[in-house]
Amino acid sequence: MAKELVEFRNLETHFKTSAGTVKAVNDVSFSIREGETLCVVGESGCGKSVTAMSLMQLIESPPGKIVGGEIIFEGKDLLKLNKKEMSRLRGNEIAMIFQEPMSSLNPVFTIGKQITEPLLYHLGMSQKEAKARAIELITLVGIPRPEKIFDSYPHELSGGMRQRIMIAIALSCNPKLLIADEPTTALDVTIQAQILDLMRDIKSKMNTAIMMITHDLGVVAEMADFVVVMYAGKVIEEAPVLELFRNPQHPYTQGLLKAKPVINQRQERLYSIPGQVPNPVDLGDNCHFHDRCEFCMEICKAKTPPLRTHADGHKTACWLYEEEGQAQ
Amino acid sequence: MSESVVQLDKQQNGAGGEPLIQVDNLKKYFPITGGVFQRKVGDVKAVDGVSFTINKGESFGLVGESGCGKSTIGRTLLRLNDKTEGTVTFEGQDLHELSKSELRKMRTKMQIVFQDPFSSLNPRIKVGEAIGEALVDHGLVSRKDVKQRVIETMKICGLAEYHYDRFPHEFSGGQRQRIGIARALIMNPEFIVADEPVSALDVSIQAQIINLMSDLQREKQLTYLFISHDLSVVEHLCNRVGVMYLGTMMEMAPTEELFSNPLHPYTKALMSAIPVPDPTLKRERIVLQGDIPSPANPPSGCKFHTRCPMASDICKQQVPEYRNMGNDHFVACHFA
Repeated sequence: MAKELVEFRNLETHFKTSAGTVKAVNDVSFSIREGETLCVVGESGCGKSVTAMSLMQLIESPPGKIVGGEIIFEGKDLLKLNKKEMSRLRGNEIAMIFQEPMSSLNPVFTIGKQITEPLLYHLGMSQKEAKARAIELITLVGIPRPEKIFDSYPHELSGGMRQRIMIAIALSCNPKLLIADEPTTALDVTIQAQILDLMRDIKSKMNTAIMMITHDLGVVAEMADFVVVMYAGKVIEEAPVLELFRNPQHPYTQGLLKAKPVINQRQERLYSIPGQVPNPVDLGDNCHFHDRCEFCMEICKAKTPPLRTHADGHKTACWLYEEEGQAQ
Repeated sequence: MSESVVQLDKQQNGAGGEPLIQVDNLKKYFPITGGVFQRKVGDVKAVDGVSFTINKGESFGLVGESGCGKSTIGRTLLRLNDKTEGTVTFEGQDLHELSKSELRKMRTKMQIVFQDPFSSLNPRIKVGEAIGEALVDHGLVSRKDVKQRVIETMKICGLAEYHYDRFPHEFSGGQRQRIGIARALIMNPEFIVADEPVSALDVSIQAQIINLMSDLQREKQLTYLFISHDLSVVEHLCNRVGVMYLGTMMEMAPTEELFSNPLHPYTKALMSAIPVPDPTLKRERIVLQGDIPSPANPPSGCKFHTRCPMASDICKQQVPEYRNMGNDHFVACHFA
């Protein structure tokens, strides 16, 4: 197995709100290996974006704060770096693309200015070199007439093109890790297919590790090598992609897979997980899924299940697979 | 209505059942103004000559990408927009010819559920009052009975009685969509336009709302126009589906027929673009090149020719005829 590039160790990111503390990321541990695509999947509010933002240290503080844990990137704990060291990494070795291609580009600067910025800042290129490299990058992400695009403004481009530009900016410094936070959610399906193809292409060409955040299990199946499923701030299951889809263990993962309508597989009635995601404020020490789970036992309401390996590379946090749970 | 259109209508009704809504050659153009005097310089052809029929008790799905005109059709059907050309007939009456008071009476029979459950509710109005508002406004139920009716409807939609006095911000996205459905349902409508009702929701909640909508349809014999960009949701919920591109209907067929035998290259591309949650599946995917052209200046001939993998010279010059291929399957393509 490839070398570990990033390791989250017991990460805790909390937000202080007037209603109480929200443990948006609550004791999360997993690793991303070199050249691997890892998908973090979950519903809104499960903490998947906050995990990525913690890695980039883009958590707004206050109200947010990383209160515990370590994020090891190439042997260094990112949380111990000072501001300057972190900004040297950000956009350079670790790059990020966001969901909203409309709002993540600055409307008053040309595309060229925005692509060359990291090249000038991180790589110390001259204006001329940077322009040449920028045009190369625009071509790489599949946009025709790169010279013309170089001098355009974001509003002159469509959503799909803007997302391509974001990818070009992210790739400008040959990052080792690319974080993609719902990169195709705001796009139409035919454009989504183009962007996913592009990302796969880039991964095979540049061997960049990708941490992809998504709520769409279809996208997971197409892109991931390894999958992490989150619910209410916790990792509840992780496995290699084939294993996860063949043998989902956590009732929530099973439910998610059954609830999604799949094209050409019409069912009389969709399976639906009852209830809704719990209020994230002051969650207790229990399985946060217990009140929606059809297999709920007494222990689920009283104790947090540990995330443990139950099959090769397959971890699950569920009392159903623990001896303590089976005793009941 | 020309003779050929009459014939087309008969064929489109082949699925059986009485037509509730007939849309004939509907056009909706939005003017583009420019210059100092805000003169009209062009049109956005949001809907450009679309015809279809929705039968009683049927759920008709409209799919397409952003800007294809699917939402404009929904709004024009309810006369929330004025039309530019064509007719919309509801139970034999031309909706766009009705006077204000006649239209107001009609309105109770036609309701709409919007996409965004966050912006479609007034944050200062209690949910119970928001649901009952239209009943009071139309004077359908005496004031003292309104609350009872609201609570009944809330229960049907999976909300609890104590929710009556709460404000919208206290609800999750799924619950707000239930409120939206309750608002539409309380009028006892015959026809509901659902404009992307589940797009903003998480998967586990989406399934709940889809199930609720199909239960309601069965129990109340509702007719739906279900607008969505998600083919898998439409396949699940609809009897018949129309696929739109840049304001034009490209293909229309009963659901099973459309999904087992898609004829238009655009429909095929749309279907193959959907990521399927099965990592073992290796598919030959048709990836469309380029972006959707602007509806202000659509391509000549077949509007899809700029992105179509099969396009040839005839597609650039001639608008393909929208014809019936049998089995109620309509398609507008030179090569189908």
